[in-house]
Amino acid sequence: MTEALRPYTLIAELTYRCPLRCVYCSNPLDYARHGAELDTATWQRVFREAEDLGVVQLNLTGGEPLVRDDLELLVAAARELDLYTNLITSGIPLRRERLERLRGLGLDNVQVSIQDVKPAESDRIAGHRAFERKIEVAGWVKELGFPLTLNVVLHRDNLDHVADVVALAERLAADRLELANTQYLGWALLNRAALLPTREQLDRARAVAADARQRLRGRMEVLFVVPDYYRDVPPACMDGWGRRFLLVSPDGLALPCHAAHTLPGLEFDNVKDRALAEIWEQGVGFNAFRSEAWMPEPCRSCDRRTVDFGGCRCQAFHLTGRANATDPVCTLSPDHALIETARAAATAPGEVTFRYRTTTATAR
Amino acid sequence: MISTSARPRLANKARLRFDRKATRYMLLYPEKGLVLNETGADILKLCTGEHTVAAIVEQLSQKYAKDTVAVESEVVTFLQTMSDRGLVQDAP
Repeated sequence: MTEALRPYTLIAELTYRCPLRCVYCSNPLDYARHGAELDTATWQRVFREAEDLGVVQLNLTGGEPLVRDDLELLVAAARELDLYTNLITSGIPLRRERLERLRGLGLDNVQVSIQDVKPAESDRIAGHRAFERKIEVAGWVKELGFPLTLNVVLHRDNLDHVADVVALAERLAADRLELANTQYLGWALLNRAALLPTREQLDRARAVAADARQRLRGRMEVLFVVPDYYRDVPPACMDGWGRRFLLVSPDGLALPCHAAHTLPGLEFDNVKDRALAEIWEQGVGFNAFRSEAWMPEPCRSCDRRTVDFGGCRCQAFHLTGRANATDPVCTLSPDHALIETARAAATAPGEVTFRYRTTTATAR
Repeated sequence: MISTSARPRLANKARLRFDRKATRYMLLYPEKGLVLNETGADILKLCTGEHTVAAIVEQLSQKYAKDTVAVESEVVTFLQTMSDRGLVQDAP
């Protein structure tokens, strides 16, 4: 296998369960219809097989990974494999003693997400009263000696608060601040009209983040992720399909990204049925977009095809109905008007209401 | 600029790991990994908070049989880059 196709990061979605109901959740709309969660021993095997394939980073995520009562056993297994293990959490439900136990077991980093800088605004996005508790948890993270990543998903209603977010991150002594704009897939696409910001908002927030990055250099890593909708060319989604990342869903599907299983007609293997190396190397789904053979024009003859790999397959499908279309984010895409229309709508938003993540939503 | 009397140590969030697939060291930190060449790995292995930059320079110039002035410039530049990225700190 070539170095180019080595997975470095395993994203372990331990569960789709979560006490929060965030309106931009990246879990699939039909998450409640998925099968039973993998058991402890299977996850531990997956970690071993992933490490053997070259994985060095492990993201424990979900849903909310804290709802798994075997999290301790999973962290211990990861530590034994010398994986750099990052717990990606809402901080709910958590007691300080449990966090301390996870520290002792060798968990490397804790990422706590907040939805805004004030309780009411944050809780409105999460659909759950959680803000005060999250701040308390972030405090424990630092007290116990963990590095802290603070993550805030940005959108129209909180982009103007980025300066306050930075101040909060400084107060919490975060080691890394992720200012990650919403990407419009899954629940976020469903709520796009209520979430997509204007270009002016985005530019202002980006400038604030750039100042903070400069000022906090060496103390806090400040990351600002622009929404694809305001790029002229797409980024390399997941560093390219099946090139660097490996994701395993709660029920055991091995995937190149969070949403690959929402693409119709693609066959993905389950780790319960097949060895991970075999899936990574030979799986039909993993190989579907690895070469350039699938590419239409304008990608096929474009110089950027080895840089952005045609953009996001899931975005292409959910906007155009074709998984092998050029990502409409690209100004060269014949479907780019879809993005322009969405941007135009953001400058004149009408009355919009959120659709919270729930088990009963129907995919559109 | 990092002084030669500083005692650098890896930041709390950073961890060295030998990558047996590619037989080299990587510096891992949240969501990222830095591939290290041999010199980079040698320097970071000594970033434990015990050794001064001067002592690190001394050790490396012996190991590579190189002039300390040249090694010092290389080590200081490297540590400064690492420090700007928040991956190395001066031990208290």
